Amino acid sequence: MLGPPAGLLLNAVTGVAAWPLLLLLGGCAVLVPVGGLGRPPLDRALRAVHALAGLHRARAARVLGRRMPARPGHARDLAWLAVHAVAGPAALFAACAPYYAAVRILFLGTVERGWIVSLTLLLAIFACVAIGLAAIPLLHTLQARLIELLSRPSAAGRIRELAESRAAVVDAQAAELRRIERDLHDGVQGRLISMRMNLGLIKKMSDADPVRELAREAYDTAGEALAELRALVRGIHPPVLADRGLAGAIRAAALAQPIPVEVEIDLPARPEPPVESASYFAAVEALNNVAKHSEAGRAWVRLGHADGVLRLPVIDNGRGGADPASGTGLDGIRRRLAAFDGTLAVHSPLGGPTEITMELPCALSSQKISHS
Amino acid sequence: MRVVIAEDLALLRDGLVRLLTAHDFEVVEAVDNAPMLLNAIIRHRPDVAVIDVRLPPTFTDEGLRAALEARKRVPGLPVLILSQYVEQLYARELLSDRAGAVGYLLKDRVGDVEQFVDAVRRVAEGGTAMDTEVISQLLTRHRRDEPLARLTPKEREVLAMMAEGLSNTAIAARLSVTDKAIGKHTNNIFAKLGLAPSDDHNRRVLAVLAYLEAEPR
Repeated sequence: MLGPPAGLLLNAVTGVAAWPLLLLLGGCAVLVPVGGLGRPPLDRALRAVHALAGLHRARAARVLGRRMPARPGHARDLAWLAVHAVAGPAALFAACAPYYAAVRILFLGTVERGWIVSLTLLLAIFACVAIGLAAIPLLHTLQARLIELLSRPSAAGRIRELAESRAAVVDAQAAELRRIERDLHDGVQGRLISMRMNLGLIKKMSDADPVRELAREAYDTAGEALAELRALVRGIHPPVLADRGLAGAIRAAALAQPIPVEVEIDLPARPEPPVESASYFAAVEALNNVAKHSEAGRAWVRLGHADGVLRLPVIDNGRGGADPASGTGLDGIRRRLAAFDGTLAVHSPLGGPTEITMELPCALSSQKISHS
Repeated sequence: MRVVIAEDLALLRDGLVRLLTAHDFEVVEAVDNAPMLLNAIIRHRPDVAVIDVRLPPTFTDEGLRAALEARKRVPGLPVLILSQYVEQLYARELLSDRAGAVGYLLKDRVGDVEQFVDAVRRVAEGGTAMDTEVISQLLTRHRRDEPLARLTPKEREVLAMMAEGLSNTAIAARLSVTDKAIGKHTNNIFAKLGLAPSDDHNRRVLAVLAYLEAEPR
């Protein structure tokens, strides 16, 4: 991490760089409708703005030691850029000013050179340097606070976000219920009907051989119905999740994978059941993705909780190139987590390794995890 | 043989009592919750306990915990766990004291009366009875850098059947080969897994355990 002086310097440099970027954006905004230039130059400039804002947000997160809001949108990033173009260089000037004053005092030509004058000047120099030293971290923190304030989503934006994630949750739940209904209808219900038919026939029969044959058929069908119910229950709420909580369920899921999965869990207590369920299914989906697409020989799952956030990275040594935009699996995880304000970060260069990090803000209950 | 049964659904509990009584077991007590199960086990010291994994008061894995606890107090107590679903995690926990005499079966298997009664007897006599679903989950895994990689495919097949709890004779019948051929395979398996000659029962348990644990933890 850069220290405060270097941070101020970086802010000043990017602040100066913001000027041509602002001009370019202004030019594009005018020229796109008039000159028929098309959108590509504007899009590229906007991407540069987002990248720059993203960089400063990440720095601010480290400086302030708290999470920054995710990408707040064009308008907010542009507003920040305009402020930054002034504030960035200005902060550097402000930080340098006391030192400049100190140097000026040092070379101040005075007529009388008594010891009282010298002492006063020396004290003034010390004071300037002290102010300068105090100003650097202060200004540095202020810069971080500035981008945090400007990135904070508006109430309207937050409401829109919540409405979207709530709609997605309702959709997902409706789809899930439809799937369960269909599975019950096509599977268990059908099998029960066939069993009842067989038993009905048996009631009217007197010959032993066909009775035995029909009974055997009904017996087999009952076995199949049980197997289907078991699979269905596992998909709705895996019993091991109820028994052992998130930690145990993730251990069990890791054991069921076709490749070795190392599990590292540091969770002093259990999250709320809905969070447990969402994290569990997200982790299982991530592991299934590893098994299906990564060609990895090994995977790692870590589960931890710090600063009110549940972190769940899933790492594999496969071929990389996982893209949340193309894969429905990753998108599904993202939507699952969004319902709890959770996020999904994918780092997957071609050639691997792939690291998928899921984060969910949540509190842990005081309930201890028993029996691990 | 004296049996204690723990199952909370009355219908199934009565069914189990009837089924085992009909096969010359003496059901000394049939309970419907975990605390009573522990009491019954300590009081009667049965030859085998048949326990449903999900019991009151918590309706989670209460039965399994009670079984593990009972085995702590009565080391080597034969227990057969019945469950609506199987987890390898639980299979490992049951086997982890290396004493054997454990079974872990899907409840569906009760429907296959002969095999089920066989499994209860086997567990009572110190053997193991792992559900075929536990075994088949294990078989779907690619195995790379582990001691089991040294086994030939045939030896692995035999080991899977040992894990189910089958005797050499039963394995031989299933593979349509002689007892002697299976004996040779099992000896190779024990040698490759580094299990020194001791009593055969114990070695079989350890081999099964190696099989279940052949993964990084």
